[in-house]
Amino acid sequence: MSSLPRIARALRRTVLQAIPTVIGIVILNFFLLQLAPGDAADVMAGEAGSATEETMAAMRSRFGLNLPMLDQLLAYLNNLVHFSLGFSPRYSMQVSDLIGQRLPGTLTLMAMALAIALLIGLTLGSLMAAFAGRLPDRLISIFSLLFYSVPGFWIGLMLIVLFSVTLGWLPSGGNGTIGSDLSGWAGIVDKARYMVLPATSLALFYVAIYARLTRAAMLEVRNQDFVRTAYAKGLSPAVVTVKHILRNALIPITTMAGMHVGGMLGGAVVVETVYSWPGLGRLAFEAVMGRDYTVLLGILLLSSLLVILANAVVDILQTWLDPRIGEL
Amino acid sequence: MITHPRGVLAPTRRAFLLSTAVIALASTLPGISFGAEPKQGGTLTVNIGTEPPVLVLIAHTAGAAVYVSSKTNEGLLTYDFDFTPKPLLATEWKVAEDGLRYWFKLREGVKFHDGTDFTAEDVAFSIQTLKENHPRGRATFAQVSSINVLGAHEIELLLDKPSPYLLTALASSESPIVPKHLYEGTKIAENPHNVAPIGTGPFVFKEWVRGSYVLYERNPNYWDAPKPYLDKLVVRFIGDPAAAVASIETGEVLLSVGINIPYTDFDRLEANPALGFETRGFTYTNSITRAEFNFENKYLANAKVRQAIAYAIDRNFIVNTIYLGHAKALNGPVSPGLAAFFSDDLPKYEFDPAKAEALLDEAGFPRGDGGVRFELNIDPTQPTGAYKQSAEYIAQALNKVGIKTTVRTQDFATFVKRVYTDRDFDIALEGMSNLFDPTVGIQRLYWSKNFKPGVPFSNGAHYESAETDRLLEAAAVEPDPKKRFALFVDFQKQVVTDLPALDLVAPDSFVIFDKRVVNHTLGAEGFGYNGADIYLAS
Repeated sequence: MSSLPRIARALRRTVLQAIPTVIGIVILNFFLLQLAPGDAADVMAGEAGSATEETMAAMRSRFGLNLPMLDQLLAYLNNLVHFSLGFSPRYSMQVSDLIGQRLPGTLTLMAMALAIALLIGLTLGSLMAAFAGRLPDRLISIFSLLFYSVPGFWIGLMLIVLFSVTLGWLPSGGNGTIGSDLSGWAGIVDKARYMVLPATSLALFYVAIYARLTRAAMLEVRNQDFVRTAYAKGLSPAVVTVKHILRNALIPITTMAGMHVGGMLGGAVVVETVYSWPGLGRLAFEAVMGRDYTVLLGILLLSSLLVILANAVVDILQTWLDPRIGEL
Repeated sequence: MITHPRGVLAPTRRAFLLSTAVIALASTLPGISFGAEPKQGGTLTVNIGTEPPVLVLIAHTAGAAVYVSSKTNEGLLTYDFDFTPKPLLATEWKVAEDGLRYWFKLREGVKFHDGTDFTAEDVAFSIQTLKENHPRGRATFAQVSSINVLGAHEIELLLDKPSPYLLTALASSESPIVPKHLYEGTKIAENPHNVAPIGTGPFVFKEWVRGSYVLYERNPNYWDAPKPYLDKLVVRFIGDPAAAVASIETGEVLLSVGINIPYTDFDRLEANPALGFETRGFTYTNSITRAEFNFENKYLANAKVRQAIAYAIDRNFIVNTIYLGHAKALNGPVSPGLAAFFSDDLPKYEFDPAKAEALLDEAGFPRGDGGVRFELNIDPTQPTGAYKQSAEYIAQALNKVGIKTTVRTQDFATFVKRVYTDRDFDIALEGMSNLFDPTVGIQRLYWSKNFKPGVPFSNGAHYESAETDRLLEAAAVEPDPKKRFALFVDFQKQVVTDLPALDLVAPDSFVIFDKRVVNHTLGAEGFGYNGADIYLAS
């Protein structure tokens, strides 16, 4: 296929740019986190409430917090070089294990939310473009504006009140029936039941964005010459809409979706909290509150990698969508 | 001398438990016949709100872990609502009259979850470990000079000075017993069994999915057969108040403890016939809120200013408007929950803004431009909830008497550093635990030798009083309960007069439970006991 070399070129460029970016992010994050007042020992001693000077000193030396700041940074970088994210003082666990436990949950939630957002957003956007200026367009516009402006936690809570408390159809929180040994199809159904509400809450905000974007992009593409050509050579309106208009309108949408992967990691904190979803967002939040910087640095590093990866995927997708992209 | 021969006590204990069960049933389950047999089986799902960093409190004191540590790792004693000790891993005990020797006979035929026998060696090792590693254990067992194993199931502690609080410090969550063979020679704080506990308790640790739940299963070899009654215990950490309420209303969680339910949701939950509320069983913690004054502030160093602030604040307003009645106004540093040391015979500062203004004038701070006498900041421990609302009310009340007060909010870590390390505060609005004994829970806040910048929840006021120090130090080693009580009453009068902190309210704590859950609270430890008696009624 002729697009393969172009895709390979795009990939190589991404990887080369990623390495200095990641190193920069790690160092910047490290110093940024030093600005927050208090450390892990303060929080742990504060929670315990019965600390003494000796226990504080013992904790600090155990966590390596008594070292000068640069030594701490070097120790952390040294860990990274040896493919270790370090040890969390608060959770008494390897950070990589801690993140490894949470990552699948967050990724599935994000993937599901993104899929819902894109699917519904594209459909609604196409409908709006098709009926531009008429009643369906106006109605969908109002709804998408509503989803865009209502905060995610409120939608989350209202969905819980309706579907869990009042109707009792779906569980109010968690990510699976605890202690159940369901496997196969039953296991998947169980997981899906727990995922519907959080994924929907997370997705609704993005549905609005994608619907608006799709509408605008499709209206713009519709007036291009090649669309007129396509109609002129006798293609049916449906084929023109999907193959010519939508495909070209996807470029801005994929760009935005790639950027939203990072945003969803942030937005997931709220949804994860409301639905007690054991994901990375909540871990990051707890790490900030507990001043557990090793965990936080690990999550930030991973998130930056994830964003870089998402951008690479978008690059590749766009090279495939539009043959002109990536040509030198 | 306290003696509890096993033969006499066992039936008494059983009778006590039965009567409690009957009372619980009578008050909460009108539909169920009296004397119902505990039912075997079922899964109890509990929400403790906060995920603890460890699951056994051998080297830690994290609040939320109290409810889980006790389920796997038992202590020597348990307590009824009056703090009378009852046997758990110790079956008999004697305290010498001079308070310098403690003797324990230990329960025989008890096994750890890994199948090894529980012996006096484990107890000796655990107490030594608590003394060296536990944040509070260092103080509790400070006077223990030697721990002697007298037999496979017999042990004595020899003390340098009396420690009258020692016998109340042996609860499962406070002084857990861990197996020596799994901890010996390891770094205690980093031992892998802190997050995968092995103990003698009625529940066996199964798995901990971080951020989600801890799963326990019934210990089939428990020493007190046929207990435990539950098959499984699931502990969840739903911190978000709205989600926590939803989990109660959907029935996904059958018991909630230690969670911050908005007081405005209480009416709706109380109207739910399936739910019960338990306010007893928090006497091992005894939380209070207080406004601590920084003596390094030139205004607050003046006793008249502190008294004026006390007169300017209406504690009943805080009780009624912020806590919606779910709190008790305080006149002194001891919570009414710590009944053995509580005294109402203290100087009182009744709400009287006019008197406050007079005192401020007298102190030499007349109203100046815009009616302002001087400015202060108030920092609540948490940036939300009752702490923040109380701080806002106090700021308003002080503004009215001419003290321009600003509320500053920050997260917990920033608060701790600001108050205790940077000492950059005027009034700190804090929650404190009285714990199970004033020497353990209250002394640290007022003892001049515990003014230690950098150490959270020490003497943050920088309060120094020779008389207070004398009373605290005397009470700490006084074995006679009556004399000790008298010393603590004098101490309370002294600090209420000196006012290093204004004690505000003792908020009620709650267990919110589905009425099918029976025996969740049987004594001072509340749901922090081992849970062997809990069962689900049909």
